[in-house]
Amino acid sequence: MTAATDYTLAELCIVAASQAFAGDGEVLATGIGVIPRLAASLAMKTSNPDLMMTDSEAFMLSEPNPLGKRPADFVQANESWMGFSRIFDNVWSGRRHAMLGPTQIDRYGQSNTSALGGTYEQPKVMMLGARGFPGNSISHANSFFVPAHNTRVFMEGECDFVSSIGYNPQRLPKGHSLDDVDIRLIVTDLCVMDFGGPEHQIRLVSLHPGIDVEQVQENTAYPVYIDGEVPTTAAPTPEQLQIIAALDPHNLRAAQIKDNPAGDRS
Amino acid sequence: MNKLMTAADMVAELEDGMTVGIGGWGPRRKPMALVREILRSDLKDLTIVAYGGADVGMLCAANKVKKVVFAFVSLDFIPLEPYFRIARQSGAIEVMEIDEGMMLLGLRAAAWGLPFIPTEVGLGTDIVTKNPDIQVIDSPYDDKEWVAMPALPLDVALIHADRADARGVCQIAGPDHYMDDWFARAATKTFVSCDELVETGYFHDPAQARLVHWERSATTGVIPIAGGAHPTSCAPLYGFDVPHFKAYAASAREEGGIQGYFEQYLGASEEDYQQKVGGLDAIRAIELPTY
Repeated sequence: MTAATDYTLAELCIVAASQAFAGDGEVLATGIGVIPRLAASLAMKTSNPDLMMTDSEAFMLSEPNPLGKRPADFVQANESWMGFSRIFDNVWSGRRHAMLGPTQIDRYGQSNTSALGGTYEQPKVMMLGARGFPGNSISHANSFFVPAHNTRVFMEGECDFVSSIGYNPQRLPKGHSLDDVDIRLIVTDLCVMDFGGPEHQIRLVSLHPGIDVEQVQENTAYPVYIDGEVPTTAAPTPEQLQIIAALDPHNLRAAQIKDNPAGDRS
Repeated sequence: MNKLMTAADMVAELEDGMTVGIGGWGPRRKPMALVREILRSDLKDLTIVAYGGADVGMLCAANKVKKVVFAFVSLDFIPLEPYFRIARQSGAIEVMEIDEGMMLLGLRAAAWGLPFIPTEVGLGTDIVTKNPDIQVIDSPYDDKEWVAMPALPLDVALIHADRADARGVCQIAGPDHYMDDWFARAATKTFVSCDELVETGYFHDPAQARLVHWERSATTGVIPIAGGAHPTSCAPLYGFDVPHFKAYAASAREEGGIQGYFEQYLGASEEDYQQKVGGLDAIRAIELPTY
């Protein structure tokens, strides 16, 4: 397949993030937010048709729903009921892979969705709360999408509140191994990373076109492991762009990364 | 048995300091008319257990709350609930912050009369370091440690259903009943507001009976209030009121704050409230959300 030359950074991120689900087999893919949801949907339409997906409400689908308002005659491809209480039966079975966007991700891959600054009794900024992060992180695979890669997200020290377990030996529960934690890909507006460095150090997997190693390191408050020559994130193919456009007819993806830059910034 | 009652009867059964579970999820199918009746009362020091939305925010803003047990408090399309945020950031409330699934386990433990349910959820996170009431224990069967999620027994559960009969058979006809069945079973008393009161014969149709998610013995009182979930949704009858939530969220940034919102909307009764928000027909005309 030939690569497209005209694509946005959001589309590059969707394609890169969809790779996270390619080898998953028959698991529930949950992408929270426009880019993660499109990434999971693209994977289901291309690299992994065995994926399971919900309508983000209460039904499992055999075909991902397009995002946003759908025509009045649209009939979604239900395959079963899947209300929120049943989601936990799936989460705790481990047969799920979630992709989410926490506010902080520390050097251990621990993340924070709960609160920033101050004290726990009186935080400076209250956010969402721990939501399902504690259970997700110890039960199944997780990936992250970060639309603005900077040192506020990839921050110094430990998360202000640890909502999800990571590769921190100090917090390892008795009888568990760090290998029980399964953080897959971290896709940002600069690059793709994982925690595959020595002793689960964060590692650069690929750089988006026009981005260099220094930019990634400058915007990450802890050392990023570089393993030799770092490849460039693969550009979307025309076929992938076509599928993305059909899944996102209202072009919600254009509003996900500041100023909707082109995919190739060289 | 006739379980019909009014929202005022429900409030008369509540006491300061009680633990109140509230069904629904974020901006979806919350028993808001019952919450409003609490807002009009002099109840205080409540512990609220909820998959929270404006129910939690309004009760906090009205100083009804001592403690919130939560995994999130959110209006979904407005991710951060403005008044819960203010309550947290001013240190006005105690919290027990847990995972969404842990809340389900806590309600199940209470429903089943268990002191706790073991789970790995919470291990390695601040859920176990910031909550002195949540213990990590050894297992008699393996060498691992486990979180002992304590039961979350409720004095009272408040739920909004699509339909109910006078005997307490409650139907949730929307796509998801969330954890409402477990709220009902975890509570000493469960009060259910409903959009429509039906005869018992309504449930003779198995397709209708299939949408009844808890036993009527778990329902203490039935309170018919058409539109009673507004401004939250009650699918398939009506969606959530986006402009209303926007006005509510904006009030947190305005000088009058919650008092301004209450003065504009709360009213002296539910009839009063519905008139102020455009009437039942307007509520029933609110489009369902697209996810």
